[in-house]
Amino acid sequence: MSIAATQKRGFGTVLWDYLTTVDHKKIAHLYLFGGGFFFLLGGLEALFIRIQLITPENDFLSAGLYNEMITMHGTTMIFLAAMPLLLGLMNAVMPLQIGARDVAFPFLNSLGLWLFMFGGILLNLSWFLGGAPDSGWTSYAPLSIQSPGHGVDFYVLGLQIAGAGTLIGGINFLATVVTMRAPGMTYMRMPLFTWATFITSVLILFAFPALTVGLFLLMFDRMFGSAFFDVALGGNTIIWQHLFWIFGHPEVYILILPAFGLFSDIFSTFSRKRLFGYTAMVFATMLIAFLGFMVWAHHMFTVGLGPVANSIFAIATMAIAVPTGIKIFNWLATMWGGSIKINSAMLWSLGFIPTFTIGGMTGVMLGSSVADYQYHDTYFVVAHFHYVIVGGTVFGILAGLHYWWPKMFGRILHEGMGKFTFWVFMIGFHLTFFIQHFLGLMGMPRRYWVFLEDQGLDLGNLISTIGAFLMAIAVIVFLYNVVHTAIKGDKAPADPYDGRTLEWTTASPPAHYNFKQLPLVRGLDPLWIEKTEGKGKMTPAEPLGDIHMPNGSILPFIMSLGFFIAGIGFIFQVDHSAWLIAVYVGMAIAIGCMLIRSLKDDHGHHIHKEELEREAD
Amino acid sequence: MRGWMGKFKSLFLLSALALVLAGCGKENLTALVPKGYGAESSMNLIILSTIIMLFVFVVVILVYVIVLIRFRRKKGQENYIPKQVEGNKTLETVWTIIPIILVLILAVPTVAATFDLADDSNASEHINVDVTGNQYWWHFDYAGEEFQTSQDLYIPTGEKVYLNMLSSDVIHSLWIPSISGKMDVNPENVNTMYIEAYEEGVYWGKCAELCGPSHSLMDFKVIAVSPEEYDQWVEDMQSVDPEAEPQDAVAQDGKAAFEENSCMSCHAIGSSPAAVGPNLTNFGDRSKIAGFLDPTKKNLVDWLMDPESIKPGNKMTGNYPELSEDEASSIAEYLMQLQPSEITPESAGK
Ligand code: HEC
Ligand SMILES: [Cu+2]
Repeated sequence: MSIAATQKRGFGTVLWDYLTTVDHKKIAHLYLFGGGFFFLLGGLEALFIRIQLITPENDFLSAGLYNEMITMHGTTMIFLAAMPLLLGLMNAVMPLQIGARDVAFPFLNSLGLWLFMFGGILLNLSWFLGGAPDSGWTSYAPLSIQSPGHGVDFYVLGLQIAGAGTLIGGINFLATVVTMRAPGMTYMRMPLFTWATFITSVLILFAFPALTVGLFLLMFDRMFGSAFFDVALGGNTIIWQHLFWIFGHPEVYILILPAFGLFSDIFSTFSRKRLFGYTAMVFATMLIAFLGFMVWAHHMFTVGLGPVANSIFAIATMAIAVPTGIKIFNWLATMWGGSIKINSAMLWSLGFIPTFTIGGMTGVMLGSSVADYQYHDTYFVVAHFHYVIVGGTVFGILAGLHYWWPKMFGRILHEGMGKFTFWVFMIGFHLTFFIQHFLGLMGMPRRYWVFLEDQGLDLGNLISTIGAFLMAIAVIVFLYNVVHTAIKGDKAPADPYDGRTLEWTTASPPAHYNFKQLPLVRGLDPLWIEKTEGKGKMTPAEPLGDIHMPNGSILPFIMSLGFFIAGIGFIFQVDHSAWLIAVYVGMAIAIGCMLIRSLKDDHGHHIHKEELEREAD
Repeated sequence: MRGWMGKFKSLFLLSALALVLAGCGKENLTALVPKGYGAESSMNLIILSTIIMLFVFVVVILVYVIVLIRFRRKKGQENYIPKQVEGNKTLETVWTIIPIILVLILAVPTVAATFDLADDSNASEHINVDVTGNQYWWHFDYAGEEFQTSQDLYIPTGEKVYLNMLSSDVIHSLWIPSISGKMDVNPENVNTMYIEAYEEGVYWGKCAELCGPSHSLMDFKVIAVSPEEYDQWVEDMQSVDPEAEPQDAVAQDGKAAFEENSCMSCHAIGSSPAAVGPNLTNFGDRSKIAGFLDPTKKNLVDWLMDPESIKPGNKMTGNYPELSEDEASSIAEYLMQLQPSEITPESAGK
């Protein structure tokens, strides 16, 4: 255990430490905290939606508020909960898995985090400053252009800022994997979670710019009188849909691939077996990522693109089932013949298989364009994407949290509560969403503020709402578990699960510099190799020496704050040009920070050999 | 694993029960009981893909259950190290090839149906209706016949009817689940889709693309009548005299009030291509008011007095002088007497 973590420190010091940190492990904590907070917010919004739909023609929410609720639920869950929670796990684990002391660009890492935080806060401020966005998380033009008030402006600027953060994070991870692998850690020895992080980062790199462009066009249309999406002036609204989905479809793979990766690690660890078909798994991930860019128009089958486009995109979509199927069977084969231990992390992973298989199946069904003419924009689609995003990503995040909690926080989550959470959530989830497949086919479009009496939709919606509350109970128990663990959870050893990969060779939680000496990697599952050869410990790849670490900095925080202020200015300058002052001030702060960062040399600091020798392992 | 299986079983039983109770949904609304060409094409693919997918699901679950029963770490196996298998070429090839074949089985009919439903080469030989989607109502212009309706779309059974759809504001999507899948109604280009109803009936239509606060209330009806009845209806609609004085005094007052309160600036009675508000020529025959309210006089008066409380964000609110209860009532009387045809939603089978 590192010296820093054992010392009791005042709240102010801790706060300052977190505001200025560039340590990937602390940044991970912040991502998890921020993402967790927004997850609760999005969950609350989901409950409001389900309460509104508990009976036909309910008036719990007004029509306008309901549209704000669905928009914010979707936007929050995708951009402010799922993404940052995954980025948090990647930050916490990926550098450890490749045997690195930090990411390639620690300063950028912190900048990405704070941009996400401030973007998320900006977006949610809309609730208090005149109303949230109300055109759906997809913000289709021209509805989003027409939307009165500033809701959609908050959407545009909030996502623009948060999205820049994600893009920065992705580039950083790419550079990290390319340049920071420990000696011997070749690409084909990387754990699947690291592979997933790597490939996801490529997706982020190519997908987010499309969103950025779309958001800029929307921003100019709404604020500066351009007419990209104004049909009366020769604009075209379909362009928005293309831009949005060229980003949006890869985005769902950005959400699912990291989960695939960590499930691979978990299945392998708790079956005590090497991942079956490692090479196939890696290439299947790449193939999914590649095909992920070829299928965006399957969200647009009903737009009227014509039969040729619809057919091509239908076939490409169905093709994704092939690499996905390969993965499912490889996971099953990994467990086959293994020695399976079921704890909470493994339960979530096991729950994922049938759930995600259903989601994948409905995905293929949706890919059949003519069948999609019926499913499209109905509760069938709502059911499908919750099966993949909750059944894949959220189950994955929960599996990852239970699995790596000891590594991240030094304590093990309570098993009993973990299992309870799983079962209640699992049952609640299927109650909520399974029935929605049928609701959709029975004639219930999505985004319906009310459904009418006597349409045969009452019972299904009631069941769905009950399920949602079960999920809420599960989440509350999980939160209690987190608090309980923080106060009196069991202290975790370095390697609590008989692990196979490098993160289990460091202390729980790891020292600030992760590895006293970088490990020498001799194959896939490096720790396992050392264990089977009787050593049980990594061979160092270098003699003990001074370690160079980056300095913390408050600049990323202030820079993001600058963008936040400028964002507020952009939103309100439409009402009064005095707000342009906020734009100038905010931009001055941001650019000032960039200048300082560029001009002021910061060589980081060294942890000296003597200091390292003093510290126990 | 008893708990696991048990919970799954109760879950599925519950869902199954729910389905039995609800049946396949409401007749003439549900896509699960197709009554038209497009809906049938979709349903065929839904069934085919469900069968293929259930096959895959059963295989996965079978392996999954076996794995969980056979390979759990038992007491005394704490130190057991299983054989570390790298992979298996044959197996991996098998589970690559079989999904490819399954996908092909689904892809071929999908492509065929996609081209079939997009074929509008014979449109000119059939009935064409120009559809306009508006926040939050539908306008139907029977292009060749020189008259218009709103909210109720009359079609003959057993014939293809081509809908040429354009939006006047934001994107909508026209969906008649029992008759046909949906197609978007865009502001920039006309999308054409054909529908064909096999049986007489009043079918529910919905807007399926978020279009504002009252998106969920943008319902309409498709009234499929026999071809003879349809011809009769067309004739009746063409011979409407929009100037005709109503019989009774109240309705006459209503007509006067209708003309005085700028209703005419948006609503046409009789043929008029302009459409800021629904065409009211056959309003007395409507199956619903404003797309979803039962056609009672009380509902109509409520609508005229305060449309905002019924359809939030609609484009009528606030754009006409406030009506007194009496005025509203007499206008309602007048409007409900606008029944130019014997052919009404009642004629459609039930
Ligand atoms: C500014 C244009 C406008 C004016 C003026 C106006 N309406 Fe409307 N009216 C509409 C619109 C738009 C709708 C459709 C509302 C919806 O369903 O979203 C509508 C709907 C209706 C409906 C229901 C139609 C249907 O097919 O179910 C009736 C009846 C009606 N109006 C009567 C009147 C009367 C009577 C007046 C005069 C007192 C009037 N309207 C004035 C625009 C207008
Ligand atoms: Cu609509």
